[in-house]
Amino acid sequence: MDIPLITDEHVEILLSDLLEQYGYDFTGYSKASLKRRISRLYSLDKAVSFAEFRYKILDDQAYFKRFVEQITVNVTEMFRDPSFFRTLREDVLPKLGTYPFIRIWLAGCSTGEEAYSISIILKELNLLSKSLIYATDLNPAVLEKAAQSMFAMSQMKQYSENYISSGGTNDFSSYYTASYSLAKFNDELKQKIIFSTHNLVSDHSFNEFQLILCRNVLIYFDRDLQHNVLDLFDSSLEDLGYLALGTKETVEFSRISPKYKRLPGEKIWRKIG
Amino acid sequence: MEEDWLMKKCKAFIIGGSAGSLDVLLKVLPNVDVNISFPIIIVVHRKHGADSLLPVLLSTRTKLIVKEVDEKEKIVAGTVYIAPSDYHLLIEQDETFSLDYSEKINYSRPAIDVTYQTAAEVYKTKLACLLLSGSNSDGVNGLKSVKAWGGMALIQDPDSAQVAYMPEQAKLNVKIDHVLPIEAMAEFINLLS
Repeated sequence: MDIPLITDEHVEILLSDLLEQYGYDFTGYSKASLKRRISRLYSLDKAVSFAEFRYKILDDQAYFKRFVEQITVNVTEMFRDPSFFRTLREDVLPKLGTYPFIRIWLAGCSTGEEAYSISIILKELNLLSKSLIYATDLNPAVLEKAAQSMFAMSQMKQYSENYISSGGTNDFSSYYTASYSLAKFNDELKQKIIFSTHNLVSDHSFNEFQLILCRNVLIYFDRDLQHNVLDLFDSSLEDLGYLALGTKETVEFSRISPKYKRLPGEKIWRKIG
Repeated sequence: MEEDWLMKKCKAFIIGGSAGSLDVLLKVLPNVDVNISFPIIIVVHRKHGADSLLPVLLSTRTKLIVKEVDEKEKIVAGTVYIAPSDYHLLIEQDETFSLDYSEKINYSRPAIDVTYQTAAEVYKTKLACLLLSGSNSDGVNGLKSVKAWGGMALIQDPDSAQVAYMPEQAKLNVKIDHVLPIEAMAEFINLLS
């Protein structure tokens, strides 16, 4: 892949196809990453020509699904950035625990690792029974995987270390049952998770939440789209609710920033009205 | 010195490195001209969580502004940018940075290949990329792209590298423009300005 087979013009053509044919709008995505992923898929699937590749995406529903799954980044892990989850455990969730009911929106949940992480913390804080986690993603395929609550056994050592550094004190392996190469997480953990499709680009606010998490999703969007999505979060967040973003993402420079106060040391903002 | 020995009007200089590259950076940066006419972008493999130490460390050695990249940041000449740990660093056509948390490449995130490849398509013949000491082959495919788009491929002299594997792999697989000993690097960078 010295000179990529996919050009900037090809990317533009595919993006307008996706919008016209399927209503998926990727035009506000950062181009360099998108182009890399499209080129990667083009090589991986040994496409004969761009014309054939394009036709297949337009004509073959199953291939279109694969295309969307492959061009979006679905890499995630449990308790990624342990200090972030420690702040949730020790500061944010105990405060929300004084409410009669806790509604959480995990936007861009991918295969669900963060949803189960939050569920574990809520259970340990005895808050799970009065909580509801809406875990959404634009991609139905990753949601199906998320709902199975099965993750690779090979990841468990890392996740267990993350869990402990985030302040977890239980035996992490008590949360799953090992079955060959997979760890199946206890059903109790997903009882309060609703997995559902939601496209941050085109779908509207669907509820009011006390906590919205959207980590490492905004990095794939251009500035305009980032601002629109932050508006969407603002309109979906109650006063005194919390908004959590990824390590390199920020509310600063956006229209909503005057209303938000950052918690020291973490990418978590509180809506102060 | 031959006329076409150096590129005219370099627009970006990217340094990639892994094991054994920090010492090189610490030796080279103090001697890079403060009035340099292009940005220097540094992508080194490091452990996730060791954040923000590297920019602090490097900024003690130079008068140039040294900063960790913020996503969507405009790339400005005369600044030394450090790729954040645990993200791939990409260059957009409008000469801004973007970040990506996709799969590791060559067991690495950031992967040098990703930055070299995306930069090659943006800066084309006005790009110079230097690959330093390291123990895997990250950066080699990136240098191929740099050459394919007409840019300049540079490596640390493997004899001077703490771990020679990375520059050696580049030498074996890519038509390298210049092999630089550590002592010559800063002057070379200054001459491109």
